Amino acid sequence: MVDVVYAVLVAPFKDMAGSPAFLVEVLIGGVFAGLMYSLVALGFVLIFKASGVFNFAQGVMVLFAALTLVGLLERGVPVVLALALTTAVMVALAFAIERFVLRPLVNQEHIILFMATIGLNFFLEGFGEMLWGANVKKLDIGIPDRSFVVRGVQINELELTAAVTAALLVTLLAMFFQKTRIGRALRAVADDHEAALSIGIPLKTIWVVVWSVAGVVAIVAGLMWGAKSGVQFSLSLIALKALPVLILGGFESVPGAIVGGLIIGIGEKVGEVYWGPLVGGAIENWFAYVLALAFLLARPQGLFGEKIIERV
Amino acid sequence: MGRLEVIYREAGQFKATYASDQAIFPIVQDRVVVVAIAVVAFVVPPLVAGEYWLQAILIPFLIYTLAAIGLNLLTGYAGQLSLGTGGFMAVGAYSAFKLTTAFPQLSIVVVFLLSGLVAAVIGLGFGIPSLRIKGFYLAVATLAAQFFLIWLFNKVAWFTNYASSGTITAPHRTLLGVTVTGPNASAAARYVMALAFVAVFALVAKNLVRGRIGRSWMAIRDRDIAAEIIGVRPLRTKLLAFGISSFYCGVAGAELVFLYLGSAETLAFDINQSFLVLFMVIIGGLGSILGSWLGAAFILMLPILLTNLPHAVGLTMSVALQKQIELMVFGGLILFFLIVEPHGLARLWQIGKEKLRLWPFPH
Repeated sequence: MVDVVYAVLVAPFKDMAGSPAFLVEVLIGGVFAGLMYSLVALGFVLIFKASGVFNFAQGVMVLFAALTLVGLLERGVPVVLALALTTAVMVALAFAIERFVLRPLVNQEHIILFMATIGLNFFLEGFGEMLWGANVKKLDIGIPDRSFVVRGVQINELELTAAVTAALLVTLLAMFFQKTRIGRALRAVADDHEAALSIGIPLKTIWVVVWSVAGVVAIVAGLMWGAKSGVQFSLSLIALKALPVLILGGFESVPGAIVGGLIIGIGEKVGEVYWGPLVGGAIENWFAYVLALAFLLARPQGLFGEKIIERV
Repeated sequence: MGRLEVIYREAGQFKATYASDQAIFPIVQDRVVVVAIAVVAFVVPPLVAGEYWLQAILIPFLIYTLAAIGLNLLTGYAGQLSLGTGGFMAVGAYSAFKLTTAFPQLSIVVVFLLSGLVAAVIGLGFGIPSLRIKGFYLAVATLAAQFFLIWLFNKVAWFTNYASSGTITAPHRTLLGVTVTGPNASAAARYVMALAFVAVFALVAKNLVRGRIGRSWMAIRDRDIAAEIIGVRPLRTKLLAFGISSFYCGVAGAELVFLYLGSAETLAFDINQSFLVLFMVIIGGLGSILGSWLGAAFILMLPILLTNLPHAVGLTMSVALQKQIELMVFGGLILFFLIVEPHGLARLWQIGKEKLRLWPFPH
């Protein structure tokens, strides 16, 4: 009994204190992984904020964007043009989704819309693979996947780039939401559909804009994840990784997605490295969920979620 | 059409007592048809249907129907979205395996019921967060059950009796002198067993949802605070929904291994299984027992149909291309059905019934 308590409560901290450089390395790894999750989670948050749709297809949108980009690059299209074309494809996709999925389902219950995005998920997966093929592709965007050492701590260049990109993207999105006219309209729609409509905000346009922005976020996420682990089907599964980030940070909060991502990323890495061996490892799959679950019991609306006020 | 609507008329069927008003099937024709279907289902397929039909279509259909009814009780009636179905099915399967290998003389029916109970207890545990969180937050939280349980069964060798392959295999068991599980069990015997289970449990579910428990579930689903104010206890009601739903899923999981797959590893209960059952419930119709049957049939038949259709019309294409087209059609059809009828196949059936009632006068 004493041994177990020691192994769980004392030994891991002793390990941490024993080699601080390694701890820092683990923490940095966690931060990077967390920011990558945040990138995916951001796409969810944007759509949920503006239309109340829990977009299950976000993961496949990431895959689709990455596949399109790689497919274009393989055909010899220059990088800048390929990026522009991929953006155009994602915007077209947003138009199509608004027209053929959201508009006919307006005013339906949340679970129906959720289900519709699962249908979309299947459709896009088949469509993307049919267009560009299903084999694993390498995405080379010119950032070398190598590490440099600062004061005995290894830092991966690619991960650093991804982290900076994520930070930049979040700042841009926050500005977009707070300062621009469309951003304000988006927030109005998120707050109250009918009130927004009554003061003349075009709902359909807003939806297209939001899905387009989510598409662009998907491109960035696809770019980073693709460069890290190749463009393949498993890319769509990172959506599952983003879910605990979402509930931790709150569905409606952009900063929440970032902070949630960081907590999950760090918690996961530290848990795996220091406590994982105690139970046989491979706890990364569920650790994030259990962490988020425990957290939700204390704070049901997530870290930054809007306070839930319920009336009869 | 000409004959059917004359037969399907409820004019003249008066309900003179409360008992007849509250009957499961208030219309005589419904009663007759359901009993007839049940009798035919027990007798005809085992005699007529070939091995392929029983093994590839009918047995999985019955098992998934049971799981879909279970999830429908939780999601459709009590309004608690769950993505942990695969995990609860795994609990049923693994506890059935442990129970029957530890107590070989125990009747296989008792084993199934007990493993359902084990799943129910686990379900209760993972249902506790539902008291604090709702909607999609809850759905994501139930994913914790899915991932944690699968990981547990993978990691702890005790669950598979230290099998080096990590799989559980249905041992040879008999019921009333007939082999029902194991490699020697005939498809017909397994079919009848699965049918008996799903028939009994569908009846139980139908009774649950029209009684006190079902009504309190629906009250919680429709307006939880109002329900609480009029005296429905949320704690008991929600946990009961999780427990009973997990019981159904647990039995279905045990059946999946013992009556259908024969042997399985945790991969058989991964997240896709949870989504599959959720599709069945939503496509079939949330809050409808009939919908669970229709949804399971639809979702299971569709891939089989899509696989065979190109052959039937003489098209040949590569396997990869066919799989991609299958995915697209599958996704497209889900979207199509949701747009045409968001309340599922059960609602289509109901509309058809209403039309039949008024025929030939539309108003």
